Amino acid sequence: MMQEWLSLLESPNLRWVLLGSMFLGIASGVIGSFVLLRKESLVGEAMSHAALPGVCLGFLAAGRELPALMIGAAVFGFISLWGIRIIHRNTKLKQDTAIGLILSVFFGLGIVLLTMITNSSAGNKSGLDSYIFGQAASMVQFDVWMMSGIAMLVTAAALLFFKEWKLVIFDPLFAGGLGWKTKTLNSILSFSIVLIVTAGIQAVGIILMSALIITPAIAARYWTDRLGIMVILSALIGAFSGLSGAALSALDGGIPTGPVVVLTATAVFVFSFLFAPGRGKLAQITAYRRFRRRWKKQQAVQALDSVPDTTPSRYAAWQKTLGVENSEARRLWNWLKKNRYLT
Amino acid sequence: MTYEGWIIVTGVLVGASCSIIGVLLVLRQMAMISDAISHTVILGLVSAFLLTSTLDSFTMLIGAAVAGLLTTIVIQLLQNSGVQPDAAIGVTFTAFFALGVFLISRYAGNVHLDVNHALMGDIAFVPFQTVSVFGVSMPQAFLFVSVVLFLNVILAVLFYKEWKVSTFDPGLAVALGVPVAFLHYLLMTMTSVTAVSSFDSVGAVLVVAFMIVPAASAYLWTRSFPYMFVLSIFISAASCFSGYYAAKWLNVSISGSMAVMTGVFFLISFLFAGEDGIVTRVLRQKRKQRMQWNAASAAASQPERDRLNG
Repeated sequence: MMQEWLSLLESPNLRWVLLGSMFLGIASGVIGSFVLLRKESLVGEAMSHAALPGVCLGFLAAGRELPALMIGAAVFGFISLWGIRIIHRNTKLKQDTAIGLILSVFFGLGIVLLTMITNSSAGNKSGLDSYIFGQAASMVQFDVWMMSGIAMLVTAAALLFFKEWKLVIFDPLFAGGLGWKTKTLNSILSFSIVLIVTAGIQAVGIILMSALIITPAIAARYWTDRLGIMVILSALIGAFSGLSGAALSALDGGIPTGPVVVLTATAVFVFSFLFAPGRGKLAQITAYRRFRRRWKKQQAVQALDSVPDTTPSRYAAWQKTLGVENSEARRLWNWLKKNRYLT
Repeated sequence: MTYEGWIIVTGVLVGASCSIIGVLLVLRQMAMISDAISHTVILGLVSAFLLTSTLDSFTMLIGAAVAGLLTTIVIQLLQNSGVQPDAAIGVTFTAFFALGVFLISRYAGNVHLDVNHALMGDIAFVPFQTVSVFGVSMPQAFLFVSVVLFLNVILAVLFYKEWKVSTFDPGLAVALGVPVAFLHYLLMTMTSVTAVSSFDSVGAVLVVAFMIVPAASAYLWTRSFPYMFVLSIFISAASCFSGYYAAKWLNVSISGSMAVMTGVFFLISFLFAGEDGIVTRVLRQKRKQRMQWNAASAAASQPERDRLNG
């Protein structure tokens, strides 16, 4: 197993793929944090589904040339974003309805165009199938360069606009009051989402791209209340997921990259959901238990006041006032004795 | 019935049963649940196959329905634990979908379990798989879809009052003793079963189109709950007809073209519907301006009128 891994690392193409997937994971983790806090997690889902007709049109226009496919995907990403905004702003429909609407209609359009391409027998359409489920291992060096470049660009934008985005997300009115161009800042963020979705779909696939934006961010959210730390954690989780996904699918050609990436990120999320300090399920249960125990002790002391020393069979009367079971009553009674509440 | 007839009839029935669910989902702001369920259907199919190693339609249906229900339960669980509603949906269905695709590629790669087909579907194959009921031969998908439509209609009518009050005023519904939680899970089950019965004919992702788009379009035209159902069913049926003939004309995927047609009907509604339509709003604005103009020009003196008229 270990040797297989090492031999894989010797292949230069694979090294590039791994590096590219890692950059992709970092960038989508970073952007995902902002998207999550802007409560637009599912916008990425609509965008990536809407990329399918874009990719198909790019293919029809220029053949299987990556730049053409990417431009198509980006243009349709923008159209979907714009469509959601327009529908949300001008009608009584809610944002989630608008997202579902754009997503399904555009995906339908994509399928129509896909069958058109198949029927026109333009030959090599096998490249398009990998767009739906993602196949990082099939990427050539140019694809990897392109993906890494965009990922780094987006990460750099996030670092540059960190302070601005933070304020625009948490207190848009204040940001506007400072004279910042909140609209422009929001547009740059949206532009970054479109870029990262466009760059990622070839590796992770249209259907699972949204998970790469949502899952690392929501997992990171469990560990911290500070945006800076959340962004770093989310980037790390994204990088880890991207790396492991690309490596596993390279080891076994039959496994598409997307699912492994998403399953890794989900595993990190489940772990965070259960075990993160403070917000995690386990921590919450223990905190609740501790609170309950303290509260019961208070009750026990108070109940003691209502049964003065002189009461016959004081223990039984006390237990009745407190209204707890025998074992718990005995425990609390012993605690009272130990702490000299009983004289 | 002819090949063409079966396709259109099946499409219309899928559209009708999805519309009934869709109206409730759109009004309750749970539209994306249908997207989530339609993706996790894949996991249900693979699990059913891996557990029973048959490709029997009924087993597949049960597996998919269970996966759909599980999705809604997990989403609910995450939302109750304080995860943002949309993020909870996003995390859950992508994880389930990824697991499904992973299992297929790992353990069921050589079986005829076509993810592409399940996702994109193809209503063109519907007439080929037939069953015989009381001596009448009919497509299997048609049978499934009509049974589900029947169930949906019955449940929608039976609980009509309860749906209405719990959708528009959940607080009042609780106060009146309407079993809100029961209705929620009933709707989730119905969504799941409807998605599952429909995905085989139109494809999982296009079920979403049939659930959300006609209902959203109908919502723009009317404020009446019952009319919204009727209109939404009507729009989905119109999409089926026009989608089928458009697909035949261009020689493309029928279900994809039907989904695009729902989008076209939405665009029409968006532009022209009732008070919210973009075009109607502009026209109303224009009319108001003209009336003001006329009033102003009538009130103005002769030389001023000349100036106004240029």
